[in-house]
Amino acid sequence: MSTVLKPPAPASTPARPANQKRPKKRRKGAGAHVLEPTVLTRVGLIGVIALSIFPLYWMIVIASRDTAAASQFPPVLLPGGNLGANVERALTDPQANLLLGLQNSFIITGTVTVSVVLISSLAGFAFAKLQFKGSKLLMFFVMAIMMVPIQHLGLVPMYLMMVELEWLDTYQAAILPFLVNGFGIFLMRQYTLQSVPDELIEAARIDGASTLRIWWRIVLPALRPGMVVLGLLTFMLNWNEFLWPFLVLSSETPTIQLAIRQISVGLYSTDLSMVFTGTLISIIPITILFIIFGRQIVSGIMEGSTKQ
Amino acid sequence: MTTAVDTARTHRRQTFRDRLHKFDLKGTPYLFVAPFFLLFAVFGLFPMGYTMYASLHDWSTRKPDQTFVGLDNYRFLLFEYDRFPWSIVNTLGMFAIATIPQLIVALMVANALNKRLRAQLTWRMLVLAPIVTSVVAVGVVFARIWGQEYGMVNGLLGLVGIDNINWQAERWSSWIAISSMVDWRWMGYNALIFLAAMQTIPRQLYEAAAIDGAGSRQQFWKITVPQLKPVIIFTTFISTVGGMMLFVEPMMFDSGRFSGGSDGQFQTTSMVLIDLLRTHGNYGMSAAAGWLLFVVILLLAGLNFLVVNRIQGNK
Repeated sequence: MSTVLKPPAPASTPARPANQKRPKKRRKGAGAHVLEPTVLTRVGLIGVIALSIFPLYWMIVIASRDTAAASQFPPVLLPGGNLGANVERALTDPQANLLLGLQNSFIITGTVTVSVVLISSLAGFAFAKLQFKGSKLLMFFVMAIMMVPIQHLGLVPMYLMMVELEWLDTYQAAILPFLVNGFGIFLMRQYTLQSVPDELIEAARIDGASTLRIWWRIVLPALRPGMVVLGLLTFMLNWNEFLWPFLVLSSETPTIQLAIRQISVGLYSTDLSMVFTGTLISIIPITILFIIFGRQIVSGIMEGSTKQ
Repeated sequence: MTTAVDTARTHRRQTFRDRLHKFDLKGTPYLFVAPFFLLFAVFGLFPMGYTMYASLHDWSTRKPDQTFVGLDNYRFLLFEYDRFPWSIVNTLGMFAIATIPQLIVALMVANALNKRLRAQLTWRMLVLAPIVTSVVAVGVVFARIWGQEYGMVNGLLGLVGIDNINWQAERWSSWIAISSMVDWRWMGYNALIFLAAMQTIPRQLYEAAAIDGAGSRQQFWKITVPQLKPVIIFTTFISTVGGMMLFVEPMMFDSGRFSGGSDGQFQTTSMVLIDLLRTHGNYGMSAAAGWLLFVVILLLAGLNFLVVNRIQGNK
């Protein structure tokens, strides 16, 4: 159909110069050739991306073969047919504890994520739109500790605290310290400033709405995109957390990261297809999130940084 | 009469409402920020103060009496326990060789991503992809890549006639291997932060430069890099904090141990801290190590700050 309506222009008289691409929306102007990628740009980028992707790809290759494949040079570069069998073996092995690890990681990370998003949107809204004495000082405080690794500094007494409370091997021990998240408040404050107009809050106040109601009915719906971003970043960060769970949990109650360490250094250190399969399983949840919400994750990282 | 009672009642109701309203305006903000500050007090402030207390006492699983020893733990760590000063050297060294090349590559990648490419999101996601892995997973895979017998790096070096290197054995070689894990995971993340800052540079600057005949390389050095200085410093700061707490990568490189190789050649300060806490059960010493690490981070942050001020003062 379209070929009938629009016959291709004869090759000798191209509609526009061959080196000029279709004119882009938004981006025309005097400097048409400014920031135009060269061949070198593309080759360099593709090289970097190849290096970025290769270890991930190699993980799949080894996870789909047998152990001998990991010890060959030149390396085996094509996936084999053992993935299903390896996954089944890894998941059902009673010593590897991968399923329990996944389950614990989901419970811990999920709870942390939901709590951080709620706590941060409450406080972020208060700092952005409500007037109260000391708000500037308190916000400064939040920004200051945002940068300081408090979880690390307080490691010893926090560990002793968990021992005293007899909280070792419990969910609350793994969860509670990570609810302290200054970055979340900072981010939600920025989002509230951007996406909730003062007039809307004033109007609701005149209608007699309480602050809590305003937060629930006006602020939260407007903050939804920001909450998704914060939730994703928090989930990724906490899914990958190692040190604190390692201290307060044990191989009987592992997170997925503890389980992976366990199989890779312990019983199965020589069974590489098992180790790599376990590792592959451990990154699947984040990979799925990354593929579905890539746009939000990329913009979250980029916006989070320019807002400093 | 009745009207007077009614007005009084309405009046009372109104004052109650007023008071409620007043509380809602004045008090609710504090309730909203309270969860964070309460949690911070319990899991941030209290442990920090308590760490100070612990660091001043001889306190371990074997000696639970908590005898006050002043700064003895600090003195021991700094002057008698060789592993501790070396761990600071190792941490700083790995930080330097991991961060500097990483930020340079990230800058170049960001510059490439800032060009007019189609499918921008796809490029950005591909560059960011390593972030999906956990540090443990990175450790598992990279320990094999740098393996002595069958590792890919030694395989490639073998092609050009270099004998197998035991990357764990020497200080320099283990630092390179561990840095590669850090770089691989974080380069794309830093590139995106640089890219975000690059996009705030007005295009007219580039257009004017192009009209004046500046090529893309000149544009990069004369426009992009100077405009990015604040972000570069910010990123360096974030990498400093992360780098000083390096733990999982070197641990996984040494099969999950905390000793950082046969002579502690890649033992970081965090590993010393955990080793003191978990292997030796020495709470006082471990707490002192925590505070010393914190002081080092503060010093580096202060240095960063000075550099920022210097640069802004020059403007």
